[in-house]
Amino acid sequence: MADAARSNLPPLALHVPEPKYRPGDTVDFSDVEVPPAGSARRPDTAEDARNFTDLVYTMVRVLDDENRAVGPWDPKLSPDTLRRMLRHMATVRAFDERMFRAQRQGKTSFYMKSMGEEAVAVPQAYALDADDMCFPSYRQQGLLIARGCPMVDMMNQIYSNRGDKLQGKQLPIMYSEKRFGFFSISGNLATQYPQAVGWAMASASRGDTRIAATWCGEGSTAEGDFHSALTFATVYRAPVIFNVVNNQWAISSFSGFAGAEATTFAARAVGYGIAGLRVDGNDALAVYAATLWAAERARTNAGPTLIEHFTYRAEGHSTSDDPTQYRSAGEPTAWPLGDPIRRLKDHLITLGEWSEERQAAMDKDVADEVKAAQKEAEKNGILGHGLLQSLDTLFDGVFEEMPWHLREQRAQMLAEETESGRPWDRKK
Amino acid sequence: MNMIQAINSAMDVMMARDPGVIVMGEDVGYFGGVFRATAGLQAKYGKTRVFDTPITEIGIIGVSIGMGAYGLRPVPEIQFADYIYPALDQLVSEAARLRYRSDGEFTAPITVRSPFGGGIFGGQTHSQSPEGIFTHVSGLKTVIPSTPYDAKGLLIAAIEDNDPTIFFEPKRIYNGPFNGNWDAPAANWSKHPAGEVPTGYYKIPLGKAAVVRSGEAVTMLAYGTMVHVCLQVVADTGIDAEIIDLRTLVPLDIEAIEESVKKTGRCLIVHEATRTGGFGAELSALVQERCFYHLEAPVERVTGFDTPYPHSLEWAYFPGPVRIGMALKKILKD
Ligand SMILES: Cc1ncc(C[n+]2csc(CCOP(=O)(O)OP(=O)(O)O)c2C)c(N)n1
Repeated sequence: MADAARSNLPPLALHVPEPKYRPGDTVDFSDVEVPPAGSARRPDTAEDARNFTDLVYTMVRVLDDENRAVGPWDPKLSPDTLRRMLRHMATVRAFDERMFRAQRQGKTSFYMKSMGEEAVAVPQAYALDADDMCFPSYRQQGLLIARGCPMVDMMNQIYSNRGDKLQGKQLPIMYSEKRFGFFSISGNLATQYPQAVGWAMASASRGDTRIAATWCGEGSTAEGDFHSALTFATVYRAPVIFNVVNNQWAISSFSGFAGAEATTFAARAVGYGIAGLRVDGNDALAVYAATLWAAERARTNAGPTLIEHFTYRAEGHSTSDDPTQYRSAGEPTAWPLGDPIRRLKDHLITLGEWSEERQAAMDKDVADEVKAAQKEAEKNGILGHGLLQSLDTLFDGVFEEMPWHLREQRAQMLAEETESGRPWDRKK
Repeated sequence: MNMIQAINSAMDVMMARDPGVIVMGEDVGYFGGVFRATAGLQAKYGKTRVFDTPITEIGIIGVSIGMGAYGLRPVPEIQFADYIYPALDQLVSEAARLRYRSDGEFTAPITVRSPFGGGIFGGQTHSQSPEGIFTHVSGLKTVIPSTPYDAKGLLIAAIEDNDPTIFFEPKRIYNGPFNGNWDAPAANWSKHPAGEVPTGYYKIPLGKAAVVRSGEAVTMLAYGTMVHVCLQVVADTGIDAEIIDLRTLVPLDIEAIEESVKKTGRCLIVHEATRTGGFGAELSALVQERCFYHLEAPVERVTGFDTPYPHSLEWAYFPGPVRIGMALKKILKD
């Protein structure tokens, strides 16, 4: 306790961050600074990162309040590309809807939606080359959808069924899709960050032309891996894009617990001498443009870029989470940057390239596609049906070749199964 | 060659054979490592294949995993095994499981070299033996050589291996075999048969132990520096012990262990690491599970104590010939 001898000094006070709104509060986001679309400058990709540190405190935005694309970051994409992008974003949302319900129906154990964040992964997949390597976190299913990964394969993984090429070894949504340049997802936050840097360094050291990109949430930027990765990347000028998806919440902890009260997440780049951009994460065009810019920087050996995607997680953290317990129910609708899918749709309508009718027809189309994929995947079984993997796959892949102690344990397991009389499948 | 030269030679041979082999770590580039294990490699292979890293162990291992996933074969150095703890998550949760969780789509063919063990007045932060932490993790291999010849052959095998391997180098015997008599003059590898190391390629398979002395009275299981201390004990006591150098802890050569213990009927396990939950506990359990009816005495362990590694009382902590000799006599009593 404070000592009487020093009572002439003012007592110190511990600051514990507190989000502005809790359940029951009325939300007012008018203090969230949203600079006008088109106001952020676009430096040359060869520019020294020190010359545009202002960009880490503002926001790159392309779509304005009248749904027009404005300013130096307008990527001037063709209406066809915009429509394809819109469709992929809608597909992600429909996929999420279905799989969320599948979890609620007991068909799988777990699911994570990216509702409200569809403009992060999907446009980025368009801005990257198909063979660039992605080291994602768990909310970038949009990369797979946009890169053409069959939804049935994704669902097989979610169901841990007979068609799951990971043989049920991973939690649902922890995909590994090497053929689509999608690294195996880890449940340990931010571990993919230095791994992406390593991949990028390897690519550079081999004189390859491919770059790497990685994603984490704003909460995860507090992990040591994040900072180690940035150090490595700046030191070796690794051709890598760091994406921080600032969706405001890390489960129930608001972004203040990762340091958001003091600065932006894009500003993390400044201390490392890395190019930093803060982007309207609900603006598909801005995200696309920023990613393309960062990719060009990486590809021309100008080094890494950190992009903060300022967005909002419109639904629960996962199927195991109930966000009404910790945040105001009004937040998702009051979010000042709007809904990313609606914004892109309205932009296309403003261009005269789209209509509400076509949107409705597309939504239905996409929903049917997802439904058909689900039906197909469920032919391979659902997790709720119990054990679908052949039993002896359990020991496969710990090592390239199975050592004696694993062979012994496998034999023990198979003997146990024989003893119990349970008719589980075996590989051979 | 001494052990450092042998380790250097292994990397040299592998870098020449495979352009994917990359050496990285704190001070390993221009300077050649604080123990000089990577000396000359940067000059020979260039600084994109041999380079210094920032002081972030989690970064060194995380980056190595990414390089491995790309298709390279990184050989990261952790300057002292005591500093491997910051990288633990990348080793345990990532490297060890990458093959399993991606069903072989991605692997981490990395070889983490790190000097370990005591007997050098390194205090708490330059003396630890953390092998038990890694042998407890499924998906990692753990290798510990006890001679220059083995160090080179095992390191080549580890680098060629497609699984992540922890390669612990007993730094007390880098320059010469150490028999545990700390006040005796230092020995030299040049006078030891295992100090004769071919300059070219050869390998010693992982998972194969070596019988360094055959005997009938008792089996001594050891690795690293302790192999040499055990030899000294045998010389001091005249006990006809069989000494097995395990060389790799995972995968373990269980056949060599079983065969020997069934022959001698007695078993003493020796390691420097702290006792509780150490690898000796695993060895003891295996021996009693598999050789119980051949045992004529309880399995004994001689280990470091369950304290942090002390600086000034180092030789009281270190499992030397006296402690091992007392345990041997106890085992042989009945
Ligand atoms: C190393 C580690 N610590 C804790 C967790 C548990 N955990 C899973 S997700 C999460 C929140 C992550 O928030 P953020 O990084 O903001 O990403 P978001 O889920 O919002 O996309 C936590 C704490 C974990 N998976 N890994």
